[in-house]
Amino acid sequence: MTNLPLERIRETLENARLQEAIYAATGRLIEHRRQVVAPEVLPDYEQLREQARRIKEHTLENLDAYLEQFEAQVRARGGEVVWARDGAEVADFLIRLARRSGARLLVKSKSMTTEEIGLRERLEAHHFEVVETDLGEYIIQLAHERPYHIVAPALHKTRYEVGEIFSRKLGVPREDQPERQTRIARTVLRQKFLAADIGLTGANFLVADSGAVVLVENEGNARLTTSAPRIHVAVAGIEKLIPRAQDLAVFLKLLGRSATGQPLTVYTSILSGPRRPGEDDGPEQFYVVLLDNGRTRVLADRDKRQTLYCIRCGACANHCPVYRRIGGHNYPWVYSGPIGKIASPQFQGLMQDPWLPFASSLCGACAEVCPVKIEIPRLLLELRAEIVKARTRESRNRWERTAFRIWAWVMTHPRLYEMLSLAAGLLASEEAGPSWLRRAPALLNAGPLRAWLDHRDLPLPGRSFRALWRQRTARVRE
Amino acid sequence: MNAREHILHKVRTALGHSAATEFSPPPPVRLRIPEWDFQERWRRFAAALQKLGGKPVLAADPDQARRHVAAITEGRPAVASRAPLLESWGILNLPGVHCRFRDAAELRSTCASADFGITGADFALADTGTLALFASPEQARLLSLLPPAHVALVPASRLITGLDELLSLVPRPLEASSALVLITGPSRTADIEQILVRGVHGPGEIHVIVVKEGEEK
Repeated sequence: MTNLPLERIRETLENARLQEAIYAATGRLIEHRRQVVAPEVLPDYEQLREQARRIKEHTLENLDAYLEQFEAQVRARGGEVVWARDGAEVADFLIRLARRSGARLLVKSKSMTTEEIGLRERLEAHHFEVVETDLGEYIIQLAHERPYHIVAPALHKTRYEVGEIFSRKLGVPREDQPERQTRIARTVLRQKFLAADIGLTGANFLVADSGAVVLVENEGNARLTTSAPRIHVAVAGIEKLIPRAQDLAVFLKLLGRSATGQPLTVYTSILSGPRRPGEDDGPEQFYVVLLDNGRTRVLADRDKRQTLYCIRCGACANHCPVYRRIGGHNYPWVYSGPIGKIASPQFQGLMQDPWLPFASSLCGACAEVCPVKIEIPRLLLELRAEIVKARTRESRNRWERTAFRIWAWVMTHPRLYEMLSLAAGLLASEEAGPSWLRRAPALLNAGPLRAWLDHRDLPLPGRSFRALWRQRTARVRE
Repeated sequence: MNAREHILHKVRTALGHSAATEFSPPPPVRLRIPEWDFQERWRRFAAALQKLGGKPVLAADPDQARRHVAAITEGRPAVASRAPLLESWGILNLPGVHCRFRDAAELRSTCASADFGITGADFALADTGTLALFASPEQARLLSLLPPAHVALVPASRLITGLDELLSLVPRPLEASSALVLITGPSRTADIEQILVRGVHGPGEIHVIVVKEGEEK
C-alpha cells in the first residue's frame, strides 16, 4: 500500500536488540499497570473509567462554553490566554514574546502537543536556545530524533548509546551507568533552569473552573520549568479541558496508573496565573496558548470525536501487538501506537498514509486498557471503510469486487462453506508439514498472493471448528 | 476574524451550537472518601511513602518533631519556609537553618546550595503517601525542589485519607494560591532502560514528619 515504510519496519524487526528493548519496556509497563488497576487494589476502576469518559464527552459537547470559562478564570488570576489556529501561530506568539522580553534561553518540559507542531525546531530556526529537560526528551533532543513512545521517549536507547551521546554532545567522560548519567543531566540542566527566561510546558489537563494548567511528571523538571524562569507559557490543545478541579480526582487516578502504574505520579502541579504579591518565586508572567491545529475538524465528526478524549497515557501502545514489534518510529506522525492510528488519518488527512488503519489485527487490547474507553478498533474499521470508499471512487477494482461477491455468497451458504473448508483441510494434509501455505502450492505462491504470503504464514489447520463442535455436542449428549 | 473568534466559531459549528444553545450540566462530581481513623491513615501513609523510598516518621509532639529534624540535618545548611507552624515548633531556630532572604535571587541561591529544604505541608494524603503544598509568601516553591533532600512536617490533623478528601475540603484549590503541588515520593526517572534512578531534578530524599499535637481521632 503506497507509502507503507516496509524497509524501515523490516529493519526494526531484524534488530534483535531493539526488539528486546521494546518488548521488555512495554512488558514492564503492562505489568506495572496491571498491578494497580487490579480489582483488589482499585475496586472502582471501571466506574472511574466510565466517569472519565462521560466527563470528556460532556466537556467536548460543551467545549465553547468551557473554553470561555477557562479564559475568564485565567484572566481573573492575572494570566493571559492566547489562541492559535496552528503551529505557526504558536511560534509567532512565542517569538514576539521572547523578543519583547529579551529572552534567549527557553527550558521546556515534555509535551506531545509541542512535538506535534514542531515548536522547538520552529524556535531554533529563529536562533533561540530551547532545551528539553525531561531526561528522556533531553537524550532524544541530543540525538536529533523524535520520541519513541508517548510517555517513554527514549525507550529504544540503551545506556551505552546514552553514554555515547552524552560524551559526544556534552564533552563529558563516557559514563554507562544510568545513575551517573542522570547526575550529568541534572548538573547540566540545573544551570539551564536557573538561567532560562521562559519555561515552556504542555498541559495534561486544563481546568475550566480554576483557569488551571495541570502538569504530571516524575522528575521535577516540569516544576522547575514553571517555578524558576520569569515567564511560563503552557501550550495545550483545546481538547485538554475538564470542567472542575474536583474532576482531577478521577483523571489523576487513571492517568498515572495507565501510563506507568503509579497511583499518582511523583509531582502533580496545579497552576494558574503569575506569582501572587509577596511570593518569592514562580513566574511573573503566565500564558496559556490554546491550540486548534485540526482539533475542531475532528470535533465535527460526532462519532470519531472521541479520539479527542485521549489523555496520552500510552497504555494502548504498550498493549498493542503491532507497536510491540514495529516500535514507535515506523508510525507516520508523532502519535504512535493505536491512538496514532486513529488520530493521524483524522489530523493529517485520510489518504496521507492510507495503510495505517489497516496495520492492525483488531485484537481490541487498546480499547480494553484505554482509561477513557476510546473505541479504537471500531474507529479503525470506520477509517478503513472511508479509505476504501475513497479508493473505490478513484478506481473500482473489478477483481476484488468479484472475489468478495463470491466470498459473500459462500459465507451465506453454510453447506457450501462446509464443503469448501473440508476440501481446504484435505489440501493441507499432514504430509505438507508446517508452513504449508508458504512452501507448498507453488501455484498459489505467485502474483498478488505472493506479497501476502511473504509476510504471513498459516499454521497447519487441525480439524475444523464445525467438526470439533459436532464431536463436542455428541459427547455432551452421551 | 482573529484566531480566538475563528476557533470558537469552528467549535460552535462543529457542535451545531448557536448563541442561544443551553448547556447541559456536567456529570455529578465523583468523590469517594473512606472512613479511616488516624491509626489507619498513618499506617497507609507510612506504607505508601516507604514503598516509594520516602521516610515517614510519626512524632508524638512538636518537641519530638524538632529533635527529628535536628537529627536529620545535623546542622548542615538547610533552607526552611516561614510557615507559622514551623516557627511555633521551633524548627526555624535549629542550627544551619535559613529562612529569611533579602530577595528572590538570594532565596534561589540559598536553595541551590542547601543540603535540605524544610517545609510545612498543608495536607498529607494517606492512600498514596502524598504531600500537598500550596505556594505562598511564606512558602516558596523552590524550597521543596532545589535542595537534594526535602524534610516536610505536617500536623497529624492534616493527614487525610486521599485526593478525594483533599478536593472535597478544597474544591477550588487555586482560589487562595497560584500553585498547588502534590508530591508523591522522591523525584525519579526510569528513562534509561527503565532503570529506576532517584533524585533527577527534584530531591532524591524525602522525609515526612507527621506531628501529633494531642489525641488524634
